[in-house]
Amino acid sequence: MNKQPRKTSAVRLYLHYISVQIRCMMQYKKSFLMTTLGQFLASFNAFVGIYFLFRRFHSIAGYRYSDVLFCYSLVLMEFSLAECAARGFDRFSGLVRKGEFDRIMTRPRNEILQVLGSSFELTRIGRMMQAVIVFIYGTSQAGIHWNVWKGLCVLITVLCGASVFCGIFLINAALCFFTLEGLEVINIFTDGAREYGQYPVDVYGKRMLRFCTFVIPYSLVQYYPLQYITGRSDSLLYAFLPLASLLFLLPCVALWRFGVRRYQSAGS
Amino acid sequence: MKWKKYLSVFRLRFAMCLQYRTAAFAGVATQFVWGFMEINVFYAFRSSDPAAFPMGFEQLASYIWLQQAFLALFMVWFMENEIFDSIMDGNICYELCRPIDLYNLWFARSAAHRMSRALLRCAPILLAAFLLPPPYRMTLPPDALTLVCFVFAMLLSVTVTIALCMLVYMLSFFTVSPQGLRILFAMIAEVLQGIVIPLPFYPRNVRRLMEMLPFASMENVPLRIYSGNISGGEAVRAMLLQGFWVLLLIAAGKLICRRAMKKVTVQGG
Repeated sequence: MNKQPRKTSAVRLYLHYISVQIRCMMQYKKSFLMTTLGQFLASFNAFVGIYFLFRRFHSIAGYRYSDVLFCYSLVLMEFSLAECAARGFDRFSGLVRKGEFDRIMTRPRNEILQVLGSSFELTRIGRMMQAVIVFIYGTSQAGIHWNVWKGLCVLITVLCGASVFCGIFLINAALCFFTLEGLEVINIFTDGAREYGQYPVDVYGKRMLRFCTFVIPYSLVQYYPLQYITGRSDSLLYAFLPLASLLFLLPCVALWRFGVRRYQSAGS
Repeated sequence: MKWKKYLSVFRLRFAMCLQYRTAAFAGVATQFVWGFMEINVFYAFRSSDPAAFPMGFEQLASYIWLQQAFLALFMVWFMENEIFDSIMDGNICYELCRPIDLYNLWFARSAAHRMSRALLRCAPILLAAFLLPPPYRMTLPPDALTLVCFVFAMLLSVTVTIALCMLVYMLSFFTVSPQGLRILFAMIAEVLQGIVIPLPFYPRNVRRLMEMLPFASMENVPLRIYSGNISGGEAVRAMLLQGFWVLLLIAAGKLICRRAMKKVTVQGG
């Protein structure tokens, strides 16, 4: 009787997937650099808008320029991290239509892990770099008194925020099981959230804040940490509230599971 | 008739693009939310300093809704992938074999694509915008003459937009990968034509400079004429400038086209 080879852990497998993707991309170094540069510049326009609007108005709903830059960079970091990791879900409709998802299903590993590993967009580092620069500039302007809790809060926020965006990418992918085609409407919750997440959520009114707290938890990874870090609130609860946003992943994964179960191959 | 063939290209392409109705409905929803959020931001800014607001709020609301409704007419980003592909993979030879002018052909194609896309999307957005409650509501233009000017300026601005995009197509003949050119161009255009924020929101000196550039002859002119933000002599001058850019950009495009045709090397097989 032949011995079963030991199963590699999910983390090791994922890292292996990523290293393959990166090595593959590095075969086209120039193209990689150009795309990264493009990504670096791509969201620059939003910054131009913020700059000139604040030159004129100086504040929005009680927030200063530096607060908004902080928000802008926080959301951009979350988004680019999510895009980097979960790009496979973003273009999942291609996998379904070409029937490549069948191949994934025949393998004895988790489907989510495999789709995550199917694509890793390192070029989004460009966007990330821009976000980091704006973040450093914004926080230096804001005169924040840093301490360990605040540092931890930023770290938690960025990671949880990225997972919220991943959750939305996952929903988008799960919908492909039913529609075969990505729905453009989902853009509202990805690109739209990135664009309009520049401003603290309560700028858009109380109702929007409630929606973004209880339905899609954007404000948990933007508005509440902002209150804590800029010293508007001392409640340590606000620093750890981003963790609650991870609950959002539950319905996303449930929808995905449901989709996988009723998946019928579409490929030829 | 010389123009007949380009007219039929336009008609065919137009009819083809009208087929994508479901995609259009999804687009309408997205555009609607975009416009709504955009107006929210400006509203919040105005509340913090009403005196600094450079245009009437109804004017701004109309500007934003028109921008969302006619997005397909003005987005420079929105270019024909097939044209880039044909330059990249060499399929362009089939086009070159035909007894038609490449510039005119692509111009007609782009016009049809943009107009059909805008036609499918504009009506529901505009209708909803007229029915919204006040700070968001879109208003009618002040008088009939303004409406006529608006339509005229729209036509000119679409022509400017397409003529600018044609320059990018033509310049693609001289590079191996047009993507970088396309991204850079789209970014610059987005700022300078008033998509990021309308031009009146820039400081006076910056705005003056911007208004002279061809980018300002795109959505900036008709959308501001509509709400009466530009009127009278100023509107006439803006439209004359549009006309000037139409002539100059088309002439430049055709010139580059001719140069490109002389030295074109077809890649791929």
